Amino acid sequence: MATRKPDIREYDDVPGTYVLDGRSYRKGFHLNMFCMSLNKAECREEFAKDEEAYMKKYPMTDEQRQAVLDRDYIRLLQLGANVYYTFKLVSHDRQPPQVMYGKMSSPQLSFDEFQQMMLGGGRPIEGNRSKKEQQNG
Amino acid sequence: MARLIAGMGTSHVPGVGAAMDNGKTGEAYWTELFKGFETLRGWHAKNVPDVTIIVFNDHATFYALDNYATFTLGVGEEFQPADEGWGRRQVPIVKGHPELAWHLVESLMAEEFDMAVSGNLEVDHGLTVPLSIAYDQPSEWPTRVIPLCVNVIQHPQPTALRCYKLGEAIGRAIASWDEDITVGIWGTGGLSHQLGGERAGVVNPEFDKAFLDNLVADPMANTRISHAEFIREAGAEGIEMIMWNVMRGALGEKVKEVCRLYHIPVSATAYGGIILEAE
Repeated sequence: MATRKPDIREYDDVPGTYVLDGRSYRKGFHLNMFCMSLNKAECREEFAKDEEAYMKKYPMTDEQRQAVLDRDYIRLLQLGANVYYTFKLVSHDRQPPQVMYGKMSSPQLSFDEFQQMMLGGGRPIEGNRSKKEQQNG
Repeated sequence: MARLIAGMGTSHVPGVGAAMDNGKTGEAYWTELFKGFETLRGWHAKNVPDVTIIVFNDHATFYALDNYATFTLGVGEEFQPADEGWGRRQVPIVKGHPELAWHLVESLMAEEFDMAVSGNLEVDHGLTVPLSIAYDQPSEWPTRVIPLCVNVIQHPQPTALRCYKLGEAIGRAIASWDEDITVGIWGTGGLSHQLGGERAGVVNPEFDKAFLDNLVADPMANTRISHAEFIREAGAEGIEMIMWNVMRGALGEKVKEVCRLYHIPVSATAYGGIILEAE
């Protein structure tokens, strides 16, 4: 087996991409478990009544709590969340997922702009394969 | 003897289920896709197997980071559609086939696939949307279902080759079941899509087309795609395509392509659908 530096993965070179691996697992464990709890209707109700109070049940970092309150989805991913978990927040807010996809996009897109990009054939793979390719692009 | 009649590959985008559940399929956004489903549903109406093995993934619904398994077989009598955060889908309860499911567990374990087993699996859109795509809105699903849940959320995930080999072992298990029943197998998820990150919305029609072509004529080519290549070329969530390899592996060497659908966009996804008959 080839040796590997502890903090590097082959896919780290893919731009604008957050992979749920052992690193993000550790960073985002409580944040993701909080998101997951919103699968339950009674938890959604409790969260809706007082978001900050509800989050106290989970030993998340202050930054993570703030990103939840702000619905700052890209920050949530940077802090270890996975998109399938942040979905639970979007669903709780009764928003279409394209709102989240647009807010995460760089540059940011509105719901309509994201829809239009997809209707136009999606975000092209060309120029988006690697950080290096993006810089040259 | 049990006979595997066909496989289907299909994306399982939750938006498709939501469009059906909320009566929106007549809207301009959806008409072309649902027109395409007519061909697929026409085939399914004439080819309902007694049991269908549905290879799908859970999306932070039943499994979370505290505990998860790479491959799980559902051995329950029935499976409840899950609340994934917006309430349960109002679709029929999924009826299982515990006898065949346990035969699969025994056969696969004997072939050194160490399966997790669940008796109370609740199934999310990954499993119910393909049923809706195939059978529309019946009062009960016409086939019994054995859920095979694959972890494609938390890395490391099983390799594309491992998924194919699991499929081959499932094919052998079905062939060894001494009961005169028909079986189908579906691989779900994909095709290229990425939901998270600044690159959200990336799709790759060339990659998808090659994957579909290889699925028919050169399935081993799809077993040589690494996780990093999937992420790079098909998007972080495009890696779900490895579940199609389980389906293809079960069907044996030669298949006949019955129909193929490809449509961009469905939400942030390139939709792909294919039916392959076992030869």
